[in-house]
Amino acid sequence: MSVQARIDLTLGSLHLDVDLHVEDTAVVAVVGPNGAGKTTLVRAVAGLAPIDRGRIVIDGVVVEDPSAGIRFAPEGRGIGVVFQEPRLFPNLSAQENVAFGLRARGTPKAAARAVAAHWLDQVGLADCEARRPAALSGGQAQRVALARALATEPAVLLLDEPLAAVDASARAELRHVLRLELRRYPGARLVVTHDPIEAAALADRVVVIEGGRIVQEGPLVEVTARPRSPWIASMLGLNLLSGVARNTTVRLANGAAVAIGSAAEGPTFVAIRPNAVSVHRERPGGSARNVWPGEAAELHLVGDRARIRITGPVPLIAEVTAAAVAELHLADGGPVWASVKATEIETYPE
Amino acid sequence: MVALPLSALIVRAPWSSLPHDLHQREAATALRLSLETSLGALAVSALLGVPLAWVLARRRFPGRAAVRALVMLPMVLPPVVGGIALLYAFGRRGVAGRVLFALTGWRLVFNTSGAILAEAFVAMPFLVVTAEAAFRSMDRRTEEAAATLGAGPGYRFRRVTLPAVAPALAAGAALGWARALGEFGATITFAGNFPGTTQTTPLLIYLDIESGHDGTALALSLLLLAVSLAVLVGLRDRWLGSP
Repeated sequence: MSVQARIDLTLGSLHLDVDLHVEDTAVVAVVGPNGAGKTTLVRAVAGLAPIDRGRIVIDGVVVEDPSAGIRFAPEGRGIGVVFQEPRLFPNLSAQENVAFGLRARGTPKAAARAVAAHWLDQVGLADCEARRPAALSGGQAQRVALARALATEPAVLLLDEPLAAVDASARAELRHVLRLELRRYPGARLVVTHDPIEAAALADRVVVIEGGRIVQEGPLVEVTARPRSPWIASMLGLNLLSGVARNTTVRLANGAAVAIGSAAEGPTFVAIRPNAVSVHRERPGGSARNVWPGEAAELHLVGDRARIRITGPVPLIAEVTAAAVAELHLADGGPVWASVKATEIETYPE
Repeated sequence: MVALPLSALIVRAPWSSLPHDLHQREAATALRLSLETSLGALAVSALLGVPLAWVLARRRFPGRAAVRALVMLPMVLPPVVGGIALLYAFGRRGVAGRVLFALTGWRLVFNTSGAILAEAFVAMPFLVVTAEAAFRSMDRRTEEAAATLGAGPGYRFRRVTLPAVAPALAAGAALGWARALGEFGATITFAGNFPGTTQTTPLLIYLDIESGHDGTALALSLLLLAVSLAVLVGLRDRWLGSP
């Protein structure tokens, strides 16, 4: 079971143009900032948003191809969707909600209920089967929504920000249930999220979308180690710069030079961990080959560490100790020097 | 302006002879006929009006605004004009009436089905307007969810859309039914005033007043007033805010 989706569609100011493959061998996470087109991508695959050009193939069946005049309605695509909000049917009990898809397919009531009971049990809600959605907590409702999508055993399971609308206290448990069910579900699985940490918890492969385009895709470890977009890098807490390398120097677009540990050639990404950046008030001596002037801008405290944004020719996020913040009066802002050892910098071709 | 005539009705009511007046054969017949025709009109309105409201709320098509205006017209049209219009359409020599008679031998005019048609004509807009607003404003996201679960349009409508708009439909139905129950102008013009077949309660009230049987007229009026109040009370959460 798999999905091949070549999607080209314009919706308001969004122009989505992606070519996505989801096999049943791995859970795929689509990550990206708000407005990147992630939800639209799910809606297009589900048949809720018509595509302008392209072709969507689910389980070997062409379900949408505008040039051939093919467009299957959502009910004919063999999909299951978990939306950001549970979208349960308010007049039906939890069990009737889960049985809905089977009843719609003509499964007799008793059989559909038995299957629904099994799936409710699977998501840990066996004791809630008679409850109406209004009597469920946000996390419970989302688990019912998951069971409802799974009960029809769709070829493709699509989850659109399944954790986003659930309050923090229920999130960990829901994430656990999602992780478990996604792992054992035999079909193609696609989960959309704006949170790379969530993607890391749920998926094996990551597709990064920005501005309606895929900017990176690959195994989770590869994407987190070598992010290819500033957004994903910042979400992972990494500084990402890009420039052109010659030998052990990368020259950025604005002319600033970054010394790197091992030689490289051509367009190159430069990743710098915030805790590899040292901050000084006076120009430092020592062994660091990268020393840049800048201004201390925003400051965030994270436990006993502080993250400070430095503007200048080489914009950086630096992570320093709370003691250093006090000692250097970093909360006051003003001119600073940032230094990074060349050996602490990771580079990879753009 | 509203309170005074209503209080006058209550003050002048022949309370002692009320049960007797209402048990008059004519009154009982008119009441039963009113109940039948108004419920019939409600059924016709629902059968035609609910799908129409759905189309108006959910489908874009050329002339939609014109159709909506046309549907609402009976709310502001003098009922007697409606009656005449029905006569020219469905009367024995009417455009549609002639065809219908030739094909089926069935007449709508001057019989009970005519009374039902006349009442439906004035009552349907109330149901359509309420239902359209409900179809338009309901949360469509559960319908989408139903589609992704494999539910086709018919199943979705029955199990998701209708339950969601049911309270609004009930309110619209109550309003439409109350309007049908009180229908006078269109009924007397199109269906006539025949005891037992088209003489509904409002028609009998008029006839009784004209012929000096004030007692029965007042008693029936009180009963209709009570029904109207009951409908209002039933709808109070919707129309008058929570008690």
